[in-house]
Amino acid sequence: MHAGIIFLLVIIGSVLFHIFTPWYWTDIASNWGGMDDTITLTFWVGGGVFVAVCLFMIYCVFRYSHKEDRRAEYKPEDKKLEKILTWATTLGVAALLAPGLIIWNQYVNVPKNAIEVDVMAWQWGWQYRLPGADGKLGTTQVRNIADNNPFGINPDDPFGRDDIMVESDVINLENNRPVKILLRSVDVLHNWYVPQFRAKMDAVPGTVTFYWFEPNKVGEYEVLCAEYCGVGHYAMRGGVEVQDKGDYEVWLSEQETFEQLSARYEKLNVDGNKLAKK
Amino acid sequence: MSDEYDNNKSYQAQSSEVMDGSTGSVNPDIDYVRPAEVGEQDLYHGHSFIEKWVFCQDAKVIGVQYFLTAVFTGIVGLILSWLMRLQLGFPELAGFMTAEHYYQFVTMHGMIMVVYFLTALFLGGFGNYLIPLMVGARDMVFPYVNMLSFWMFFVAVAVLMASFFVPGGPTGAGWTLYPPQTILEGTPGSGMGILLMLISLSLFVIGFTMGGLNYMITILQARTRGMTLMRMPLTVWGIFTATVLAMLAFPALLVSAIMMTLDKVLQTSFFMPTILKAGEVLEYGGGSPILFQHLFWFFGHPEVYIVALPAFGIVSDLISVHARKNIFGYRMMVWAIVGIGGLSFFVWAHHMYVSGMNPWFGFFFATTTLIIAVPTAMKVYNWILTLWRGNIRINTVMLWCLGFIVTFVNGGITGIFLGNVSVDVPLSDTYFVIAHFHMVMGIAPLMVIMGAVYHWFPLVAGKMLHEGLGKWHFWITFLGAYSIYFPMHYLGFIGVPRRYFEMYDSPYMTSAVGMNEFISIAAFIVGAAQFILVFNIIKTLKTGKKAEQNPWKANSLEWYTSTVPPEHGNFGERLPVVHRWPYDFSVPGAKDDFIPQTTAPSEVIHTEVEKT
Repeated sequence: MHAGIIFLLVIIGSVLFHIFTPWYWTDIASNWGGMDDTITLTFWVGGGVFVAVCLFMIYCVFRYSHKEDRRAEYKPEDKKLEKILTWATTLGVAALLAPGLIIWNQYVNVPKNAIEVDVMAWQWGWQYRLPGADGKLGTTQVRNIADNNPFGINPDDPFGRDDIMVESDVINLENNRPVKILLRSVDVLHNWYVPQFRAKMDAVPGTVTFYWFEPNKVGEYEVLCAEYCGVGHYAMRGGVEVQDKGDYEVWLSEQETFEQLSARYEKLNVDGNKLAKK
Repeated sequence: MSDEYDNNKSYQAQSSEVMDGSTGSVNPDIDYVRPAEVGEQDLYHGHSFIEKWVFCQDAKVIGVQYFLTAVFTGIVGLILSWLMRLQLGFPELAGFMTAEHYYQFVTMHGMIMVVYFLTALFLGGFGNYLIPLMVGARDMVFPYVNMLSFWMFFVAVAVLMASFFVPGGPTGAGWTLYPPQTILEGTPGSGMGILLMLISLSLFVIGFTMGGLNYMITILQARTRGMTLMRMPLTVWGIFTATVLAMLAFPALLVSAIMMTLDKVLQTSFFMPTILKAGEVLEYGGGSPILFQHLFWFFGHPEVYIVALPAFGIVSDLISVHARKNIFGYRMMVWAIVGIGGLSFFVWAHHMYVSGMNPWFGFFFATTTLIIAVPTAMKVYNWILTLWRGNIRINTVMLWCLGFIVTFVNGGITGIFLGNVSVDVPLSDTYFVIAHFHMVMGIAPLMVIMGAVYHWFPLVAGKMLHEGLGKWHFWITFLGAYSIYFPMHYLGFIGVPRRYFEMYDSPYMTSAVGMNEFISIAAFIVGAAQFILVFNIIKTLKTGKKAEQNPWKANSLEWYTSTVPPEHGNFGERLPVVHRWPYDFSVPGAKDDFIPQTTAPSEVIHTEVEKT
């Protein structure tokens, strides 16, 4: 008897917790509201099934608890009932799967007007690169990476010269403009994750991965690494600043291109050599 | 309505004569069971203490050895989880713990609990003890290999534990061991620690293969007369299917362990691309980190079901016995176990939606994953429909079963979130995942293990565990575990990533400090509550009430042995002959509310038995 009551309280408590919880989504700041909606739908359907199954179980505990003078029903199978339950479950599952797949289809198809942002991860930090005036990123290779070429851009690639190097672990993004995040890693797995944007993908050494989103709320956000990458994993933070078009363009114009960066290092080298000769 | 089931009722071993007692005058043909095709196996009986209790060939002793060794690793895993929760809830008290320690504890906790505790306990422990008894065999078909299986497991555990004491400590690569970080500096224990882990896993797979062959072949070849496949208890079906899965899945783990060992020791590049570390390009190139993930999860996902299917089977039997009702939809249950087992090989990449694999895989794996929900849901329906119109004893065993249903349904439903590809994107690698898998493959199977311990302890030890202590153990464990993992889902919604030693002052986290403290306190209590069982067992062995034979009035063969606890050879002079399935409870017309599997139809001719 008390067993049934305690189980009932657990179920009621779960529902109340869900309704009154102070812990819920961090406010969304991207276009992926559809993910939140699918989660809400799954919550209603799944939560409903959970409550229904548990309540039925509790009902049985109350109603059919052991009595010496009673016998259980003897009915090994009920084909009709099993068939109904199978089909109802199949329909329910399909109804949950469909929106999930529709949104996934949007997730893997990047809009044409998305601006590319090259995110390079290493133990333990982030660096960013944007395409220059030609709108294309230069090709890269891990072996090219050096002080004067932090991204390992192929020096012969004409597309690489005007690439914009962001020398900070904070990247600025233009509000309401889709971004295609290109992820690279020079050592181990990482994952560039901003909870407010909902989206994420691993950065895998040896290949380039991607995902996209459209920020829609001006503000500053914290970047977390979401794939375990060794002992500094928890400290691997970065930042995003979403700005309106005007502010963004001012920021953009202040950044250095790869060509400028190379020239600066060359000058540094030349000066250094002169100093050495003196 | 009484909470306590009365065990003192007198019991007669052959208690199912027909009500009018007209046993003699029936057609003998209905009792016909095909004769055995082969003679009985010879058993080697141990002579010395060492042969009887150490290097023993009796599956029952091996089962207990597996059980105790697995429980030992489980206690280590439990202590590690306490240390983790201390860091997460009360970092000011965990000043001795560095990030290195934390990641080592996380890794060892995960690997121990999944492989060395749950897998070994269900298959090595319950499998060894119950399979021969339940199918009516005298022992496993290859007792010597079975003995080797346990000792190989024992060595694997010893190697694993040794890694705590080598320079650099155990590996801290996360239980998934994702390369490249696993074998690179920057991850704790990337020297000796990871090597010992890989060696230990390889030994485990070798030992497990020896055991697994035994379980499969015993079930297929050594069943007693009349024990058709569709008369086997669901426990045996669950363990059988899990073993088949293990035989197919563990090779993938072995292969990835071997390749990673080569990457580590000989600088091959199976999983290692060109890597820049501390300004230098390492001597690797061309390997694929994602290949490892495919291999790992090709093992790792079936592994979930290697743990879950025996739990499904055992809980079905426990519910049926203690609800005094046949399991509802037996055939559906069997096909669901087999179907889930088969499907489990086609869903592995749902662990990899955001791994950087080709994103188009997502459509396929989301679909297969959600298809698995259908047979799984059918099993849940059948469990609660077994309770429906039953005659339910609300004893300790049943409480664990009810706790299993609640936690399993809860964890199963959050699985639908994570399996549904785009819903997984915001939730993957957050605490939602931790909450999900602990609920569904940590707590739920643990509930079944505990139920099974209380259920079969009278058989193994011949004494009844104390009910009152059992109930305290259950309620503290169930309520505590539920209040650990239920709120934890909401940390995932906030966006708190897993495997974080510290959150600093991230805005996501400051709101959850109180919850973290609460979860940690609950974890300390739940862990401590497990020692109630240890105390209960010690107390029962010393002063406990002696169990009668078949105290729960079950039908399956393990309760009809010649002695309790069963001796080597199990069934005395003659093997039992089986005439029916093990779920003939509360059959109309029968004198008692159960008909043992060994009861011939002529003995119960006036009953309305539907399924045999």
